[in-house]
Amino acid sequence: MKGATGSAGPPHGAVRPAPDLLTALLDGSAEGIVLCDADGVVTLVNAAAVRLMPGVEPGLPAPAPLGPVPSAPEGRTMIHGGRAIRIRAEAVGDGRLAWYLSDLDAAPRTEFLLEAGRRLSASLNPHRCARAATELAADFLCDMAVVLLPSTARRRMEWVRAVSGRPGAEEGTLPAAEAAEVPGLTDALAGLRHGGTGLHVPRDTGLQDPGGAPEWLLPEGFGPLGHLLVLPLPGNGVPAGAIVLARRAGRPPFCDDDQRMARDLAIRAGAAISAASLFREQSTINAILTGDLLPPDLPEIEGMRVAGRLRASQQAGAIGGDFYDVYLPDAATGDGIVERPPLVILGDVCGKGARAAVLAGQVRHSLRTLLLLESRTDRLLELLNRSLLASPSPHSYVTMILAALRAAPGDHVLVDLAVAGHPPPLVLRRDGTVEEVAARGSILGALKQISLWPVTLDLAPGEVCLLYSDGITEAFGGPSGREMFGEERLKAALATCAGMPVEALVERLEQLSTEWLGGAPATGLQDDRALLAVRAGRQG
Amino acid sequence: MVTTDLAAATEHYLDLIGRADEYGAVDLVLGLIDEGVPAEDALLRVVAAGQRRVGELWASNEWTVAREHGATAVSERVVAAVSGRVRPAATRGRVAVACADGEYHALPARIMAEVLRLRGWRVDFLGASVPGPHLITHLHQTGPDVVALGCTLATRLPRAHATISACQAVGVPVLAGGAGFGADGRYARLLGADAWAPSADAAADRLAAGLPSFPAAHDGAAAARLGGEEYAYLARHRAELLSRVMDRLGDDTGEDLGHIADYLIAAMYVHDPALFTGFVTWTCQVLAARNVPAESVVRGLRALHDVLTDCPDTRLVLDEGVAAACADQRAETRV
Repeated sequence: MKGATGSAGPPHGAVRPAPDLLTALLDGSAEGIVLCDADGVVTLVNAAAVRLMPGVEPGLPAPAPLGPVPSAPEGRTMIHGGRAIRIRAEAVGDGRLAWYLSDLDAAPRTEFLLEAGRRLSASLNPHRCARAATELAADFLCDMAVVLLPSTARRRMEWVRAVSGRPGAEEGTLPAAEAAEVPGLTDALAGLRHGGTGLHVPRDTGLQDPGGAPEWLLPEGFGPLGHLLVLPLPGNGVPAGAIVLARRAGRPPFCDDDQRMARDLAIRAGAAISAASLFREQSTINAILTGDLLPPDLPEIEGMRVAGRLRASQQAGAIGGDFYDVYLPDAATGDGIVERPPLVILGDVCGKGARAAVLAGQVRHSLRTLLLLESRTDRLLELLNRSLLASPSPHSYVTMILAALRAAPGDHVLVDLAVAGHPPPLVLRRDGTVEEVAARGSILGALKQISLWPVTLDLAPGEVCLLYSDGITEAFGGPSGREMFGEERLKAALATCAGMPVEALVERLEQLSTEWLGGAPATGLQDDRALLAVRAGRQG
Repeated sequence: MVTTDLAAATEHYLDLIGRADEYGAVDLVLGLIDEGVPAEDALLRVVAAGQRRVGELWASNEWTVAREHGATAVSERVVAAVSGRVRPAATRGRVAVACADGEYHALPARIMAEVLRLRGWRVDFLGASVPGPHLITHLHQTGPDVVALGCTLATRLPRAHATISACQAVGVPVLAGGAGFGADGRYARLLGADAWAPSADAAADRLAAGLPSFPAAHDGAAAARLGGEEYAYLARHRAELLSRVMDRLGDDTGEDLGHIADYLIAAMYVHDPALFTGFVTWTCQVLAARNVPAESVVRGLRALHDVLTDCPDTRLVLDEGVAAACADQRAETRV
């Protein structure tokens, strides 16, 4: 029924607005307006009044709440048709009364819509979305709400429950067979029940017999169940789960408006949970694919200590073109597998982000395989070079350092270094002096023939060999914001680390390089940064 | 009844970590736990107490930077060893513990993470200087009940603010902790954190009392009061300002000036001169222990004052800084 019009009586002003303009004006008001003549017959109604008080119609006597006597100026609150309405009347002359009706339920509904939007769109975590849905339901619609999420693992379902007035939500899992005890839940989860909005949803869709609800559904001390509403959470083709809304015995049943709000909530929650589930699937795939690309945990090596730090330029993904790894000797030698000392490597592939990380992962894996058959560092680098030249992806350039670590008498460590196109390592001596190692060699992946000038280094106890990537020395920042960190600063910083445990040393160097970068935006502009340090001696 | 003298144990612990004796320190703390000292007490009253002494010893120039870092690295190992030894059942929710972006003092947050774990929380410790995007990705993937954000240096407050807002935007409340948020937590409130705790055990108590499941909506007015034009100017022109100041001063150390500028910027961000004067007083004491007179700080502050012609509010803060440095010097001469 649209807003009906009636005669408003003779005009008091000189200009009388056209009746349809007047109607449009009145219909645009959120406040319900009803004009009654001296006999209490309705002469004019706007759209909001019809919505708030169905049955009010021009030509008919005003419904009971709209009496013949004006109310107090501030009006009074009443329940009409299950809805809280504030009404007040004003005399407008000739015994006529204008009634103004305002919807007290509208404020919570607006608040509900705002809260639902805010909370359900925030997280990309299915549990947080489910939790938000139950808490919204418990805050606005019912005494208790449970969301059940379909879980494929071991025929169990995850559930989240919120109770009005109790902080936080509870979570758990239960066998799918037990979940089926909730009336209507199986149909809701199978998507057989409609959760759609609009006018075509039949009344009372989703209302269930509260007597049939299993005991586990309700939290301890909840009391007897009065009303139960079970709705599907529509998802991407398959339902994202179901929501159960419960009111205690003695509370009013779910009216049409409540059901509309519940369906609205279910649709929003279903969309949020589906999106979050999709994100979770993608993240899981990501985690599996990138797991091997992350820097490894560094093992204990007898007679020395190794520590490393890696900062990817693309920080959300934590992977990039810089890499390091440690290859311990193969326990089961024989069968043509060569014996060799522990080997640490640090390298840098051309490029950034996932593409570079994949190439870095390939290099690490290739090396793992090659090490079964070859222990000479120069041969290993030549073989890696050939493998990169044969790579189908262009720009497969890699710089790297191989460092074979041999424990020597007196807690010394001999480091056999082969450097391919990479900044050579630095050595921190016991007296705090810093030396650059003279090892040099060609970059891998560019030329058919590479040249190498390997070096063997002798570390006394407490001395450190530092491998680093050019992301450290080529970090632009500093006081001017445009200066390179540079090798000299790195050497000076390393010199201040004499006597530090090697973990503290790499952390301090990374910190200094991060501070050098200062406020530079964290993504894209800066390079990956890697540090790996080997300290001779068992302690510190 | 445990009769272990924890104060004596702390002295012993300090001696061990001062010599970077990792095995000795690990054996001492695990030994205490074996004797029946609760793991939480071992962490808070021995490890954390020892580390506080380390900070004081560095400030008073009794320990070198290298020795301080060595001790801290050993304490990290000790906390890891306690984590490996004591395995409580997870009976509470999930917490992500992280240090603000650019914050490298990870040990306090690490100890708090361990205390929370001992109290039954499932804890993900994300470490030092966690970039915002990395933390938010973690929140989406794991869906924790709360983020515990550590900030030791007030200079990280603008970054911490961005992190707090980002966590809340994805629906996870934030518990702030660490000296950077102010001794009374005033900056935690200012930045809109959902809760604040002064210490690891207080953080555990606060979490046990329950946090809102969803952060409250902020009206934005509080956030709008943060920062401002002079802050934006200082932050954008930090490097240029520093080089101009260094030109005026000749060969003064850039590192100290950098810290002064960072605290000044942070003070302008939260509009609190006390943040700056507190830093100036502390710096003067640290320098005094190294026989550097407060005059050198005053010269730096005056040079900044001269350069910042267009920043009247910042100059007022610098004036207060000069007053604080001079007051400290007078106190010094009286003693």
